Amino acid sequence: MIERPETAVPSIAQRNLEGYVGFANLPNQVYRKSVKRGFEFTLMVVGESGLGKSTLINSLFLTDLYSKDYPGPSQRIKKTVQVEQSKVLIKEGGVQLTLTIVDTPGFGDAVDNSNCWQPVINYIDSKCEDFLNAESRVNRRSMPDNRVHCCLYFIAPSGHGLKPLDIEFMKRLHDKVNVIPLIAKADTLTPEECQLFKKQIMKEIQEHKIKIYEFPDTEDDEDNKLIRKIKEKMPLAVVGSNVVIEVNGKKVRGRQYPWGVAEVENGEHCDFTVLRNMLIRTHMQNLKDVTNNVHYENYRSKKLAAVTCNGVDNSKAKGQLTKSPLAQMEEERRDHVMKMKKMEAEMEQVFEMKVKEKRQKLKDSEAELERRHEQMKRNLEAQYKELEEKRRVFEAEKVNWEAQQKILEQQKLDASKTMEKNKKKGKIF
Amino acid sequence: MASTEIARQAGEGARAVPLSGHVGFDSMPDQLVNKSVNHGFCFNILCIGETGLGKSTLMDTLFNTKFEGDPNQHNQPGVTLKSNTYELQESNVRLKLTVVNTVGFGDQINKDESYKPIVDFIDTQFEAYLQEELKIKRTLHNYHDSRIHACLYFIAPTGHSLKSLDLVTMKKLDSKVNIIPIIAKSDAISKSELAKFKIKITSELVSNGVQIYQFPTDDESVAEINSSMNSHLPFAVVGSTEEVKIGNKMVKARQYPWGTVQVENENHCDFVKLREMLIRVNMEDLREQTHARHYELYRRCKLEEMGFKDTDPDSKPFSLQETYEAKRNEFMGELQKKEEEMRQMFVQRVKEKEAELKEAEKELHEKFDSLKKLHQDEKKKLEEKKKSLDDELNMFKQKKTAAELLLNQAQQAGASTTLKRDKERKNFF
Repeated sequence: MIERPETAVPSIAQRNLEGYVGFANLPNQVYRKSVKRGFEFTLMVVGESGLGKSTLINSLFLTDLYSKDYPGPSQRIKKTVQVEQSKVLIKEGGVQLTLTIVDTPGFGDAVDNSNCWQPVINYIDSKCEDFLNAESRVNRRSMPDNRVHCCLYFIAPSGHGLKPLDIEFMKRLHDKVNVIPLIAKADTLTPEECQLFKKQIMKEIQEHKIKIYEFPDTEDDEDNKLIRKIKEKMPLAVVGSNVVIEVNGKKVRGRQYPWGVAEVENGEHCDFTVLRNMLIRTHMQNLKDVTNNVHYENYRSKKLAAVTCNGVDNSKAKGQLTKSPLAQMEEERRDHVMKMKKMEAEMEQVFEMKVKEKRQKLKDSEAELERRHEQMKRNLEAQYKELEEKRRVFEAEKVNWEAQQKILEQQKLDASKTMEKNKKKGKIF
Repeated sequence: MASTEIARQAGEGARAVPLSGHVGFDSMPDQLVNKSVNHGFCFNILCIGETGLGKSTLMDTLFNTKFEGDPNQHNQPGVTLKSNTYELQESNVRLKLTVVNTVGFGDQINKDESYKPIVDFIDTQFEAYLQEELKIKRTLHNYHDSRIHACLYFIAPTGHSLKSLDLVTMKKLDSKVNIIPIIAKSDAISKSELAKFKIKITSELVSNGVQIYQFPTDDESVAEINSSMNSHLPFAVVGSTEEVKIGNKMVKARQYPWGTVQVENENHCDFVKLREMLIRVNMEDLREQTHARHYELYRRCKLEEMGFKDTDPDSKPFSLQETYEAKRNEFMGELQKKEEEMRQMFVQRVKEKEAELKEAEKELHEKFDSLKKLHQDEKKKLEEKKKSLDDELNMFKQKKTAAELLLNQAQQAGASTTLKRDKERKNFF
């Protein structure tokens, strides 16, 4: 006899270790395996031409992503909004990173920029779609993650506020990708102007309920303090440069002006270092996690809900979202089986009833015919009896009469005989 | 309007570019590790072995703590699986450990079905994960993974060979879980017998095609130690939670009159090797293999069972949506067809029944028609009889009347004769 196995008991007990076990080495195992696997990251830059997007990328990754051999998109003339990706493999400290930079030349450059965000949205969605399809295959192989993990949005340093295009773009993309707004070419703003500009931008972002990327709180208070400091600096004002200049004996990346050098990596000149540290050194993994757990899941659930809730009204659809489509089909199958059973039972019932009715009718008519037949028979029998009786009476009468007649005949005969005798005797008297 | 033009890649695949400074993405593994540590780890072990082979003791010894449970009896009617989850912590690493024990394994007289509850249990955990993965709104990153990552198969220390129950069970499990066979209570076997025993076991496993877990040798940092450990399989272990003073240390040991077996002495048994391999070096790999190999196999089989197929393995993109829709349409079509069939069947039955009843009705009418005819005949006969009687009656009446008339005449004549006579007589007087 086999009994069904119990599934995992939900209650969890604490246990203290009384000696060395060794699973504290798990993080090292994870480290080792991740280095072997390598990392991937997709960064998208969006903004009008001339805001220094390509330069910033080169500064961030200390490489010439766009060089003479591989000229950046800004070098080319474009008439429409393009979405172009460049993939590079960079190595550092034994760690391999496959970096994909997605550029959007032509964005916001036209006279009529309506829907210029559409190619961007289409690109992001198509990458999510690719991932969804790869994830949903029956035979799954290693799934490369080409989803856009972060979108740097370049705001022109007008000093006033967000442009309608900025607002429109961010509103449309904030629930599809991690949006990090940056003030580009920040070396055209004085610190005070920059402060005001930042405040204004943040105010407008809040007003329009735009959800830009949020740094998650950690359990470490020290880290939280740093995070709060960074949050106060949002949006980050950046300066990029491909040129290395010597300042005070040090070689730094910067922009040389007659009045001085704006250093890219100087925290007092701009927030570039903050951006680089946050984007690459501390929160790259988190950006990927948020993309995977939030934005991608959003996309996926919307996509799948559209498939399975076709024609189902909204109230029902909400409850079905927690089930997998397969489970839902199973349930529908079960429902249908029940429905069929019920229908069958009903039809059976109706059938039986009708048959019973008909049978009853038949019986009734049979009974009726029987009855009539009986009646007629009895009638006939009665008549027969009557006839019999009549005949009997008649016969009896006849016999009687005949007997009488015979007697009378006899009497007559006797009488006539007597008369004859008397006559013969003479006329007496 | 902006139009879309997607992806012109800079070169095929990713090109390697040199970095001109420290970017900082070499912290990615650390970021990943931090995330994992914050999230906590999870590991599930399944212990299979006959009652009394020291499974619980070994678990206690491995994890240096006292887990649940009183020793089980031998009189279980079937195999059940008992699972307990514990939260352990070692330095800053939190581990949610689930230990699943087979209760009653090998105790029955008929062990044909012993492996079934185990296979069912493992499949149930896979199924739960699959269902979660297929949900429309899912929370995979918070999902408590209950899939079995490692299966310790306890071999009885007979010194001869594997039991057929062992071979059968392991064969059924080797494609579903990472099997690590261990020789239990190995302090009952001498060193020379042990060597022979290990060789016998290994050759039996190989000749029966049982795939046991091999420690991975693809990562250079652990390749050497893993491959040397692979040659010591199956590990001969001894478990003990009691401590004995050896020298000036308290060590875990089993004390016999002839000596003390020290659990952590590598000359005495392979316990330390097991702990190293299972926990300290390959825990993460066991989890990975479970997810990437065993779970994928289960998933593939399950989906194929349900009729899902990749439309075209490599070239055409696989669209989940289309497949679901196609499946759904097929499914609906099936249901419709079933419904139609049932209806048709009923229509058929109704027709048949109607024909039957009509037949019966016809018969009834025929019967009564014939009866009626009989009746008519009878009636006719009766009428004839009546008529003949009436004729007789009439004739009789006539006769009677004629006779009476005659009689009357005769009487009158007689009476007149008598009268005449009387008159004459009178006259005489």
